[in-house]
Amino acid sequence: MSFEIDYLALAPEFVIVGTFLAVFVLDMLLPRGKKYWIATTAIAGTALAAIPLVALAVEGGSRSMFDGSFVVDEFALVLKGLFIVGAYLVFLMSHHYIESDRYYQGEYYLLLLASVLGSMVMSSSRDLIILFIGLELTTAPLFLLAGWKKGDAKSNEASLKFFILGVLSTAILLYGMSFLYGLTGEVTFEGLAAATAGRGGEPAIVMAILFVIVGFAFKISAVPFHFWAPDTYEGAPTPVTAYLSVNSKAAGFVGMLLVLYLALPDASQVWAPALWILAALSMTVGNLSALKQTNIVRLLAYSSIAQAGFMLVPFAAASVAGVDLREAFAATVIYLVIYAVMNLGAFAVVIAGARKTRTGELGGWAGLGAVDSRLGLMVAVFFFSLAGIPPLAGWFAKFAMFRSVMIAGGIATVALAVVAAINAVIALFYYAKVIKTVWMDDRADGFDTSLGAEPAGSLRLALALSLALTVAIGIFPAIAIFVGDASRVIAAGG
Amino acid sequence: MEWFDNWGLPLIVFLPVAGALFLGFIPKANEDALKRAALAVAVLAFALSLVLIGQFDFAGGAYNTYQFEVNQTWIGAINANFHVGVDGISLPLLVLSTFITVLAIIYSWNHWDEPKNPKGFLILMLILATGMNGTFVALDLVLFFIFFEVVLLPMYFMIGIWGDRTPRKIPGFAKEVETRLYAAIKFFLFTLFGSAFMLLGFLALYFKSGAVGDLGRTFDIVELTRLGASGLFTGTFTFWVFGAMFLGFAVKVPMWPLHTWLPDAHTAAPTVGSVLLAAILLKLGAYGFIRIAIPILPGEAANWAPAIAILAVIGIIYGSLACLAQTDMKRLIAFSSVGHMGFVMLGIATLTDVGLNAAIIGMVAHGLITGLLFFLAGSMHHRYHTRDMARLGGNMKLMPLMGGILAFTAMASLGLPGLAGFWGEFMSLVGAYNPLAGLSLGVFRTSMVLGAVGTVLTAGYMLYMLQQVNLGEPGVEWEGHELHDVDRFELAAWVPIIVLIVAIGFFPKIIFHATTDSVTSLIDTVFKGDVTAALTTLRGG
Repeated sequence: MSFEIDYLALAPEFVIVGTFLAVFVLDMLLPRGKKYWIATTAIAGTALAAIPLVALAVEGGSRSMFDGSFVVDEFALVLKGLFIVGAYLVFLMSHHYIESDRYYQGEYYLLLLASVLGSMVMSSSRDLIILFIGLELTTAPLFLLAGWKKGDAKSNEASLKFFILGVLSTAILLYGMSFLYGLTGEVTFEGLAAATAGRGGEPAIVMAILFVIVGFAFKISAVPFHFWAPDTYEGAPTPVTAYLSVNSKAAGFVGMLLVLYLALPDASQVWAPALWILAALSMTVGNLSALKQTNIVRLLAYSSIAQAGFMLVPFAAASVAGVDLREAFAATVIYLVIYAVMNLGAFAVVIAGARKTRTGELGGWAGLGAVDSRLGLMVAVFFFSLAGIPPLAGWFAKFAMFRSVMIAGGIATVALAVVAAINAVIALFYYAKVIKTVWMDDRADGFDTSLGAEPAGSLRLALALSLALTVAIGIFPAIAIFVGDASRVIAAGG
Repeated sequence: MEWFDNWGLPLIVFLPVAGALFLGFIPKANEDALKRAALAVAVLAFALSLVLIGQFDFAGGAYNTYQFEVNQTWIGAINANFHVGVDGISLPLLVLSTFITVLAIIYSWNHWDEPKNPKGFLILMLILATGMNGTFVALDLVLFFIFFEVVLLPMYFMIGIWGDRTPRKIPGFAKEVETRLYAAIKFFLFTLFGSAFMLLGFLALYFKSGAVGDLGRTFDIVELTRLGASGLFTGTFTFWVFGAMFLGFAVKVPMWPLHTWLPDAHTAAPTVGSVLLAAILLKLGAYGFIRIAIPILPGEAANWAPAIAILAVIGIIYGSLACLAQTDMKRLIAFSSVGHMGFVMLGIATLTDVGLNAAIIGMVAHGLITGLLFFLAGSMHHRYHTRDMARLGGNMKLMPLMGGILAFTAMASLGLPGLAGFWGEFMSLVGAYNPLAGLSLGVFRTSMVLGAVGTVLTAGYMLYMLQQVNLGEPGVEWEGHELHDVDRFELAAWVPIIVLIVAIGFFPKIIFHATTDSVTSLIDTVFKGDVTAALTTLRGG
């Protein structure tokens, strides 16, 4: 074993750890009235972490440590970038939200930073142990954060449900991993790939794979393992929900991508059909349930279940014999990145809208567009982008997804594409319902937005950033393709 | 004019959306500046399209060649490019689009449906213009798809915000829904449903267009047309691809039985929205058939042609009969579109040069005539506050000029020889008598006879509308009402259309001059004279 440490490769993680420590110290030193400096530190620290990341990207190449268990390559960098940008936007959303409602600020940022660190470690992991540690570090702080609104029964419920099901899923996942280790004696992906080659049909391996898939399916809230999501999303503080639906979900996807494509590529005949079912169910159930939601955060919760279904579609294409796994891999990563941008935008706009209208119920948003056309415009942009309407970013996510399926061919996969196409239409209905309420419904009686607050400066920045990205990627999808290319490289190596 | 070769089309496409951005910075209160800026942008785009006509080489209609082509890398990794160009088929439609946009803005000058907000409406109109112009010039499937979809957003908002507020009982809903809300989402869902499948079809073509990696594959329409004619796309695969594209285009046309969004959307839309919807948006689907489905998959086009012809004829008869049952003037005009687009599709289904020419002139004529009819219906609703034909009687006595124009347009719509509407109907029937050799004569000649019955029915409902609206004595309820006749903005918007209707009626060559070469070379090359050649291609022989 070699324990050479490449400090540049670890620099982004070090910056996050440094920020973590700084927040910790500041929280003890600062008087109550000055706590907002903590948020500023966290925001600045996350932004700072992007610098070594860019430096690494510019330098290029792949850096490997600890006998290949920890690798910093283009794929890892892209995902770390995603996690950092996601966290940055969530911090911007939290700044005012957490401060104005008098929640504990120090601990809030501390826990979120720990979670970010976990997901960053995870994107570099190339063995089951580091992957598991990263994943748990990502999730565990969120159990607490979901219940941050102490006095709110819903928030408590959110936390408890999330905790119980989260722990259950962890146990199942770990059980599956232990099977894999027991059967092959390997923990590294490379070793696993070699050891499972040609053994995909063995019952024990099949069982291990199914356990792993079920474990991850909880994390990404795929149907039928999604029951915790709507309640948790609704009860948790909205910025935490945004984090859950983007960063934490992305972490689940990263884990699944790594394990399935890198460690078990030869068993794709086993996992691809399982994911076919998960994809079809998630899309259909998520969308149909979203149709009747009246609470906007709950609506986004079901929407994110359905979106997870769309992201799973390319996995299913891997069952076609002789298919280029890289295409499917890249399509999911592209979808993930675009989804992150637009979904964070949607949550930012929901926070701003809820402040303005002082309600999270859709009915209270009627006529918002006429009162505040800029906010209304953002609602239209982000929700239509989620629906996949060009020229907003979401279209390219769906396009890449459809493309990966169509170039794989095969009757089952094309059938899934048809299911996805029909689901895209169903999804439009409820996304458009939000836009309809904002722009077309008349203002309800007693609805006085003049009492509501304007979005704070940091929230505006979050909105502006995600808006710019959503429109730019929509018109020049090459930006997102770069991400896909970066990830294609690693799938080739695996 | 070398700059024009490179910049002409991109400018025509993107000027409107740039104008929309610019309008975003003008304060809402400054209505005059908003209207002037929007008009200036639209006029500029129209002027550029006139320059395009001036520079267009009318002798250069060879198969699969385009003029003013621009081809720039856009999404390099999947080989999707910003490829635009025009030929004789797209030129008339592009000019129609820029032309109607100008008139729509002029008409809007003092006609704002509730809740007014000229700024929002003008911005939407300009975004819509970019989508429409872009669809007619796109030569790349991805680009085409984007523009095809871009028109949805503005139209959705136009119908949903400025549309008809009458509550309506919709089966399946507990509460009454405002017509505009129902119509807007129905329009959106139907079109998206079609285009989602269309996209799958495009991707399947892309997949089949080359085997090695992404750079060997292409979304380029010119390239795919070449590959299609050379017999690359074969087997049951093409059947499904054509079917997928058929769904996308047929919803947009709309063809029976996918037309049900149309009467609702047209009736609920604000006047200008209905005009743009009828005049341009309906053309996108039929244009898709001519530009993409037929040239790329000629063999399948031949296979599907009888089915398309049958659906088209059902559309003609159904649309006409539905018209006869209407009491709402605007809804009647909306249903008449189903019938007229039926003729266009019948023309396309014949797969002959006569039929395709008929389809294109039919589209232009329908754009002008039905556009004008919707303007009229809107203006009359503006004055009478009702569209109920039973209450509108005697319009001729109250507003002679308005009544006169309505009578003229109705005549044009029923296909009176000497006016623009005649050529599309007449020639598509001629085409149906003599379809591409090898297509079932029985089906097409029956279609022709039924289509001819349709023309009679068309005359029937148009005259019924005139009789209801124009003739008779004005109802007592209008006594003492100040009903002013056509105003100058209306005249400014309508006279150019009237002039064109007459001009095309007498000199159809205005259109054919551009289209004939392109159409003939297309038909001759891909079908080589009869359907067996096309089917041989299809079977990979």
